[in-house]
Amino acid sequence: MSYITGVGLTSYGKHEGLTSLDLMSKAAELAISDAELKRAEIDGILCGYSTVSPHIMLATVFAEHFGIRPSYAHAVQVGGATGLAMTMLAHHLVEAGVVKHVLVVGGENRLTGQSRDASIVALAQVGHPDYEVPLGPTIPAYYGLVASRYMHEYGVTEADLAEFAVLMRTHALAHPGAQFHEPITVADVLASKPVASPLKLLDCCPVSDGGAAFVISREPTNTALVKIRGCAQAHTHQHVTAAPALSELGAEISIAKAKQASGLAISDVRYAAVYDSFTITLAMLLEDIGFAKRGEAASRVRSGYFSREGEMPLNTHGGLLSYGHCGVGGAMAHLVETHLQMTGRAGNRQVRDASLALLHGDGGVLSSHVSMFLERER
Amino acid sequence: MSKPADWTTGHEAILYQVCAACERPQYLRRGFCAACGATDLAEKRASGKGTVYATSIVSRAATPETRAHAPYNIVLVDTAEGFRMMAHGANDLAIGDPVSARFVQFASRLVPYFERAR
Repeated sequence: MSYITGVGLTSYGKHEGLTSLDLMSKAAELAISDAELKRAEIDGILCGYSTVSPHIMLATVFAEHFGIRPSYAHAVQVGGATGLAMTMLAHHLVEAGVVKHVLVVGGENRLTGQSRDASIVALAQVGHPDYEVPLGPTIPAYYGLVASRYMHEYGVTEADLAEFAVLMRTHALAHPGAQFHEPITVADVLASKPVASPLKLLDCCPVSDGGAAFVISREPTNTALVKIRGCAQAHTHQHVTAAPALSELGAEISIAKAKQASGLAISDVRYAAVYDSFTITLAMLLEDIGFAKRGEAASRVRSGYFSREGEMPLNTHGGLLSYGHCGVGGAMAHLVETHLQMTGRAGNRQVRDASLALLHGDGGVLSSHVSMFLERER
Repeated sequence: MSKPADWTTGHEAILYQVCAACERPQYLRRGFCAACGATDLAEKRASGKGTVYATSIVSRAATPETRAHAPYNIVLVDTAEGFRMMAHGANDLAIGDPVSARFVQFASRLVPYFERAR
């Protein structure tokens, strides 16, 4: 058994003058204090990576900087799925008795620490160095390719995709830490600058500075009582050139395995936290997971199904699309928000019932998937 | 492994491998078959014919060299030989179009460029 005993999250956007280590430290401090622990009680550290400050041993760089001497520490790299992959590993580590309290941390000054061009170039390197990267693709282009095919096969339109951007923005308006605070409409999304067709600027998450952290413990340390019920991964490919058919992507495989590991069904889920690097990512993953039939997720957005007051509240902090995306920390904000919802601490964003949550992360170009069920113990 | 004499090294050709054991075609070059692990692979030259699987026109490029070409169409093509490849394509290509390849200069590299087959 394992519990998420503490969470920490900075605001996302610009943190002028702060380094990746600064942002990781801020989030870590918040998470440890939320868990009602002292730094010295943390005996495991898992961290992600920083594209601004790459290092071959980031976990120990962080441990020394932060002032702890863990008995277990290393970095994890699975792109956007890194946060949930670290949480899954922490779950297994505490369950196996290797350590008692694992600090999971990610943070990066991706917006102010390098140019947007540098971020786009760095991220495009998930493509194949010989057969893809020389063609000048960008991450939005890799997802644009998938989007064009998905829309072709399932009759999804650009106006459908725009609904997801509007939903995430609407949710972000209620969170003071979000990068964006101006409401947008479907027309705004459709009229925004083309990036990589069919994706336009407002279909894409921003580049952000920010940090997020959690503590995963073997036993509860406070009254939070948020338990990891089961998790699973699936990795089907790295490069979009080598991706399987849309009907055979990893999300469905990893969800099926997570259901098996937890003994839960999608019908048990009350709150959803799903990776949303682009509107197409969110649309596809919701349909892969089974929150909507193929091609029908957008109509569920329109009917309010995924709204704060709806049947399946989704990314109530605004997601990557509107809370922001600082790399590894990006999707970790989904888990922080889930934890706040599950423990009744989401304030003006609080949903009626978040007793059981499903989280899903994606890395690469729908290459790496992690699914996780969390349950609030009574 | 020796470098292939194809567009990735500046030659006007699309090469692929075929596994002698399981007969699968393989585009991303390796010293073994990724499907069955066999090491006996024949190198073949593709016809350059295929069908458009997906398209994305890049308007926001990230380097001065690639920006000079924007907007450019990144396409995935299912080749007649049975493998999928990424390439450039005419901006008016649609999914399902039959296409054939020629080669063009892009950001000081030679790249395959697909147009609707006549």
